[in-house]
Amino acid sequence: MMPFPRTGFRLLAAFGFILATQASAQTSSQKDLLEKGRYLAAAADCSACHTHDATAPYGGGNPFRLPIGTLYAPNITPDIQHGIGSYTETDFSNALRRGIGKNGKPLYPAMPFPSYARMTDADIHALWIYFHDGVAPIARSAPDNAIHWPLSMRWPMTLWRWAFAPTPKAAQANAKRDFPSDEIARGAYLVEGPGHCGACHTPRALTMQEKALSSDEGDAFLSSGAAVDGWTPVNLRQDDRTGLGRWSENDIVAFLATGRSKKGSAFGGMSDAIEHGTQYLSTADLHAIARYLKTSLPARKHEKPWHANPAIAQTLREGRLPNAGSRIYIDRCAACHRTDGHGYAPAFPPLAGNPTLMDKDPGSLILIVLRGATVVPTQKAPSALTMPGFGHVLNDQEVADVVTFIRQSWGNSGSTVTAADVHDFRNRNAEWINTPPPKPFN
Amino acid sequence: MTLKRTDVVIIGAGWAGAILAKEMREAGRSVVMLERGPERSTATEGTYPGSIDELRGAIRHRLFQNPAKTTVTIRNTVNQTALPYRQLAAFLPGEGVGGAGLHWSGVHFRAAPDDLRLRSHVIDRYGAKFIPEGMNLQDYGVTYEELEPFFDKAEKVFGTSGEAYRVNGQIVGNGNVFAPSRSDKFPLPAMQDVYTASLFRKAASEAGYHPYSLPAANASMQYTNTYGLQMGPCNFCGYCSGYDCYMYSKASPNINILPSLRYDSDFTLITDAHVLKINLDSDRRKATGVTYLDQRENRETTIEADLVILAAFQFHNVHLMLLSGIGRPYDPISNTGVVGRNFVYQTITTSRAWLSENQFTNQFVGAGGAGVAVDDFNSDNFDHGPLGFVGGSPIWVNQAGVKPIAAALNGGGKSAPRWGAGYKAGLVDTYRHSLAMDAHGSNMAYRDVYLDLDPTWHDSYGQPLLRMTFTWKENDIRMNQYVVGKIEPIMKALGARRYELGRLEHGEAFDTRRYQTTHLGGGAVMGTNPNESALNRYLQSWDVSNVFVIGSNAFPQGMGYNPTGMVAALAYWAAYHIRTTYLTQPGPLVTL
Repeated sequence: MMPFPRTGFRLLAAFGFILATQASAQTSSQKDLLEKGRYLAAAADCSACHTHDATAPYGGGNPFRLPIGTLYAPNITPDIQHGIGSYTETDFSNALRRGIGKNGKPLYPAMPFPSYARMTDADIHALWIYFHDGVAPIARSAPDNAIHWPLSMRWPMTLWRWAFAPTPKAAQANAKRDFPSDEIARGAYLVEGPGHCGACHTPRALTMQEKALSSDEGDAFLSSGAAVDGWTPVNLRQDDRTGLGRWSENDIVAFLATGRSKKGSAFGGMSDAIEHGTQYLSTADLHAIARYLKTSLPARKHEKPWHANPAIAQTLREGRLPNAGSRIYIDRCAACHRTDGHGYAPAFPPLAGNPTLMDKDPGSLILIVLRGATVVPTQKAPSALTMPGFGHVLNDQEVADVVTFIRQSWGNSGSTVTAADVHDFRNRNAEWINTPPPKPFN
Repeated sequence: MTLKRTDVVIIGAGWAGAILAKEMREAGRSVVMLERGPERSTATEGTYPGSIDELRGAIRHRLFQNPAKTTVTIRNTVNQTALPYRQLAAFLPGEGVGGAGLHWSGVHFRAAPDDLRLRSHVIDRYGAKFIPEGMNLQDYGVTYEELEPFFDKAEKVFGTSGEAYRVNGQIVGNGNVFAPSRSDKFPLPAMQDVYTASLFRKAASEAGYHPYSLPAANASMQYTNTYGLQMGPCNFCGYCSGYDCYMYSKASPNINILPSLRYDSDFTLITDAHVLKINLDSDRRKATGVTYLDQRENRETTIEADLVILAAFQFHNVHLMLLSGIGRPYDPISNTGVVGRNFVYQTITTSRAWLSENQFTNQFVGAGGAGVAVDDFNSDNFDHGPLGFVGGSPIWVNQAGVKPIAAALNGGGKSAPRWGAGYKAGLVDTYRHSLAMDAHGSNMAYRDVYLDLDPTWHDSYGQPLLRMTFTWKENDIRMNQYVVGKIEPIMKALGARRYELGRLEHGEAFDTRRYQTTHLGGGAVMGTNPNESALNRYLQSWDVSNVFVIGSNAFPQGMGYNPTGMVAALAYWAAYHIRTTYLTQPGPLVTL
């Protein structure tokens, strides 16, 4: 049993070890290249999927439970038999940017090759050097995928790729489009390319492709995706209520570097992205990402700006509880999140004005109430502050009441959630709800 | 039996151990930390609302040592036969990661300068004859000025809330007028007064005393400490003492230090590891490591280390020194030896005021470290000349939150019935309208109050239990009675409907059945004379120079203040000298 937050740090320790043992044989430019590859592996968040066991970095085995069945991320260490040790650099590049495995076998698009297609040859080369020379071989294979027919056949993937995935040439040309500044161009490259943010945060069409792969392909880009493991990825565009419109550049940088900010804390899959990826990015790159995100336009044109409404806080302070949700909120939530919903950010995140709570899909909020959440520990902010889950003490009606209260207080606007909605959510997401959340030692 | 090696082995995962672990890792040394009890985390057992279950918590001792496995024996005087302390009551040693630092209240004091050189100070002011026969009055061998940077460092790690009086010699605020100058303010503003504390502040002023806000390691605001670790703000829920704070607002090793070590591959914390002894080389001048019992596997394991830090609870430190043969055991008859000598406690009594029925004291709210105190009768802040005793007590209202079972056990005061309608009426009246006030006093060391190995009783590991020989002495009883007498004017200024003064009576013996305090001290004290102290002024064993013993065991006397602030400062002080001197040149830091 692995204590969950250790992965990133162990990986880093493992990198250090491997680097140290090989240092003597390498010239400094090779070392720089390997370091660059390591950095890009963090930027591309490779280990979030390809490391299931923290003691076996990149040894594969992370399951992806999709409607079509269960996919397992493969071993991408340089082991010849179980990993990618037999790959040439061209094989490696084809897998990353074209979604074609060695010997022409197509990859499922859970591998974000439509995004990686934008990556430069130089970056692919650095990654290749890193995965070839900087990662320890692990002699084990991930379990076989359990994909239902007909999608268990790989050839439809080839058709899918022809239809929807950009060629590296086209993607790289698009990456060179005009940007207001070099910094914003760098941010766009990181977000649209290695960062593959859209893989979760952009909605997908019925045929599973992202509706837009870059900011110039329309307002669907990063406008919130479908639920992943019960968590609904938030809209990253400049929508005032449901996006990052009120997040400053520094809020975004703090969030990506530490998993927490004055405006909110990470949860769900974003915790993995921060733990394995963004916390290792340079401050300059994080600012580039934030500036780029700030250039987006809102996806929902008629959203009214959020303004704090102090009325409910005043009511609660006077000891009046206008509804069942407010009573539960006072008993269970207000100690940390306060009667005014401001919380004590960045320790305890604000609920007032928090975009994830006003999303039309209340799933993330319901799941946090049921299961609790832990802020991901990072190098710069190692405290894994944890909210307890209330799934064992609140029934469907009570969860619905408190979730509705949170979605409709302090100026927040979100739809009413009913007991039936919560019941349905519990049924659909039993796997995530009943998986005991990781328990940090904090 | 498996053998392992590390640079530094640390026994105990409380404040002292966590501070030393952090410092040794900053110095680049590999660290193995051994904790007898289980892992403890806010995210599991500290989680709301389960963590504030009083029955499971304070009553059934969720975070405390299990006396069925090992305990101490206790007697009052040398001619009695000691018996095992089978039910926790008078004091509550913690167990598990965080140790006492997890279940403490959070009162976070610096030591008073006079208390650190008490023997010298008493002789200077009152003459050598003022010291009673049989009292082992001693200096710490370290001054407030030397410790000041480490008090400051600890406060910034703990996120301590308080109001300074004097910073760098300048009066800066409405803090304790008797407190020495500081190099900086507290990192957080003082906790706010609850109603009873505000009444005490006013009444104590009217009585002519100098009230101040207790320095509290309960965060008055959210805080990020020296190590980048976060605390939430205290919400006065009242579950500090005896509990783990679900709000992350009471400082603990678990929240304020250990998270910065958890992902460090050169730091290993092993829980359920009961240390049996520190191993010495053949001439017993150097420790080679420790042997512990892995309680999950029931297997003895030995770890070799260059440096051994003994950082368990006060009496466990003394116990392990005796079991390991580090330093000469104290013998009260011949008055020789040092390990077990100067075992001390604190002299604490509680008084209570019942206010008018229009005044609701809301005792369910509170914070363990917060409150209002006066120091007018603490330390040597008053003239002891005509009084003929050594020591003193702060007086305070420290409303820490009275839980329902505790309130029921308290009932309606000394004179109230213990059952029936009278009991109920007294309970309700007391819970709603009363306030408690402590005289939280010092306790001196005496030749016939000490610790040694029990000749009869063994623990479940087959090792002899530690024996406590302790009772109240006339000096401390007189000190207590004097200070409690000074509470009366406060009671009058409060306009109390009635009040009861709690005090020790002449000839009263120490009673183990009633909770008094967990502030045990001494037994392996620091000092400048190896005939009177087990440790030098850097908390290094005089006899085995690669063993440092960190904790309140180092206190030659019990002071009026709560010990944790002093323990933390001593830990940083010892760590500083280990880092700057010992690690480059291992060996005794003091040669005579």
